[in-house]
Amino acid sequence: MIATESLSKRFPTGVPPAKRGGVTALDRLSLDIGPGVTGLVGANGAGKSTMIKILLGLSPATEGRAEVLGLDVATSGTAIRERVGYMPEHDCLPPDVSATEFVVHMARMSGLPPTAARERTADTLRHVGLYEERYRPIGGYSTGMKQRVKLAQALVHDPKLVLLDEPTNGLDPVGRDEMLGLIRRVHTDFGISVLVTSHLLGELERTCDHVVVIDGGRLLRSSSTSDFTQLTATLAVEVTDTDTHPDGTAALRKALTAAGIAIHGAPEGTADGLPGAGHVLLLEATGEETYDIVRDTVADLGLGLVRMEQRRHHIAEVFRPEAAAAQPQEAQAR
Amino acid sequence: MSTPTTRAETQIHNIGYRDYDGPRLGRAYARRSLFSQSLRGAYGLGRSAKSKVLPMILFAVMCIPALVVVAVAVATKVKDLPLDYTRYAIFTQALIGLYLAAQAPQSVSRDLRFKTVPLYFSRPIERVDYVLAKYGAMASALFVLTASPLLILYIGSLLAKMDFAEQTKGFAQGLVSVALLSLLFGGIGLVMAALTPRRGFGVAAVIAALTISYGAVSTLQAIAWSTDSLGAVKWLGLFSPITLIDGVQTAFLGATSSFPGQAGPGAGVGVVYLLVVLALVVGSYAVLMRRYRKVGL
Ligand SMILES: Nc1ncnc2c1ncn2[C@@H]1O[C@H](COP(=O)(O)OP(=O)(O)OP(=O)(O)O)[C@@H](O)[C@H]1O
Ligand SMILES: [Mg+2]
Repeated sequence: MIATESLSKRFPTGVPPAKRGGVTALDRLSLDIGPGVTGLVGANGAGKSTMIKILLGLSPATEGRAEVLGLDVATSGTAIRERVGYMPEHDCLPPDVSATEFVVHMARMSGLPPTAARERTADTLRHVGLYEERYRPIGGYSTGMKQRVKLAQALVHDPKLVLLDEPTNGLDPVGRDEMLGLIRRVHTDFGISVLVTSHLLGELERTCDHVVVIDGGRLLRSSSTSDFTQLTATLAVEVTDTDTHPDGTAALRKALTAAGIAIHGAPEGTADGLPGAGHVLLLEATGEETYDIVRDTVADLGLGLVRMEQRRHHIAEVFRPEAAAAQPQEAQAR
Repeated sequence: MSTPTTRAETQIHNIGYRDYDGPRLGRAYARRSLFSQSLRGAYGLGRSAKSKVLPMILFAVMCIPALVVVAVAVATKVKDLPLDYTRYAIFTQALIGLYLAAQAPQSVSRDLRFKTVPLYFSRPIERVDYVLAKYGAMASALFVLTASPLLILYIGSLLAKMDFAEQTKGFAQGLVSVALLSLLFGGIGLVMAALTPRRGFGVAAVIAALTISYGAVSTLQAIAWSTDSLGAVKWLGLFSPITLIDGVQTAFLGATSSFPGQAGPGAGVGVVYLLVVLALVVGSYAVLMRRYRKVGL
């Protein structure tokens, strides 16, 4: 999807000749990003937006080269931009037109014929969760709705890849989760690969298959999130009690142990500290079949399944400086 | 992830994403789309009802004198129109200026102010396409505004059975003149408007550029004329947009000069007028290209 080779970008400072160098936004960055959802994480000024502009062919690299979808950014900018979607980090929506009008226009700007532009706009706005409000002027939208319109205009021409610059910016926790879920679906349901930036490592852990961390324009780490989570996936299961099984959790625990599933200690889950944690069973998921066994067991016992979710290890832990230092700078995961 | 819960969720959300396999019409089509959207926008079409009011009123007011002239001509069966085709734009210059001041910022300042420009440049189009589409749309909108009354006059003259050859020639000369005017005014208006993302400043800048230059030129011409330096009158006309057009059409398009003492340029000085007009058109384009060099990012 994206490959860069010692990509560098320097901005000249306002101070002329004497001061050499200027700001180095990207410093010999080499990356190889495959299909899927990739997070690009870095603090403010790390060079995330600069990277995206270079990938769109809008800003020439000072050194090195980059390819997007196998096309060179220096020479095939137009072709790249036809197949790639872009959601900027800043506001970019005119307030006096409706979401529909705006997205139709942007679809045509991407080369879709008028009828296709209208059809795909209706579809895309529905997919991002905008319904009746899409006929109202954008000026009256909430931040969350505006972010959805920005995402829709990036997706409307069915690109192969979207570059999302801080899509969770300005959203409250609920809006953030919804946006992240939406981004996940862009890949799983729409089949579009995603490069998403954020300055929060934590929020990308559930969303991304792969995370690239840059700092001061330099590559800090590039690794697959599944490397750390898949091996030791923990499944949290919570069930209701019934008349036959006054303690549903205990009954399930017994049945699952019998089925050969490893249950983590402390069934009364005091470690979790969450409300109702006592009723949460933490078990080791070894693969697809674990989910099926749990589902069938719960059904056989006649219990109600309150929730079943995957608990991942936090990437934040993985990337903790000491953890990073402990592991020798391993080859890039992809 | 493939837990049963997420599978169920997926089903709820999954309202069938469809891939797009149809044609992608590319850069030239995108440029045309931007052109037509901007041209329609210059008359408020495809925008809110409120933004239709001013351009539509100005368009109507622009056409009323032509309708009146035609009505009178048909009723009184005169041999010739009381108003030359080439004179119409000079006569209605305040309306044209007002239209430009309102619509040029609408076309470019909005994109700057709401930062939509970077979004355009994330599409297949390039800077040239954006500038050409915006400039083309503004000039075309002005042409619609200035040529429509001429068309009314022409149709009216034919209805009143005036001399066909003479009227057709006059109409054609009028069209060439307003085409030139549209390019010149469109360029000046967009340059002024693109300097600032603030719409109000854009409006003020366009009005100031047109009225101050015209005011200064006509005052100086009047002084020159009253002090018997008629030679200076035709050179002074080079310094304001509308007098430039007046000069060009006096020299080449059979128009009667509206300068004091009808002291418009002849063919020789007329060439200078034409060159200045062309230089301003090319210059406006160049300034716009420069202006958008940084904005894309
Ligand atoms: N046009 C420019 N001219 C000069 N310096 C620039 C320009 N654009 C970016 N920079 C500098 O390059 C560095 C990287 O900026 P960039 O916008 O890529 O960071 P970012 O990771 O996107 O940050 P943020 O999280 O704040 O969006 C910063 O130091 C910034 O000041
Ligand atoms: Mg940024």
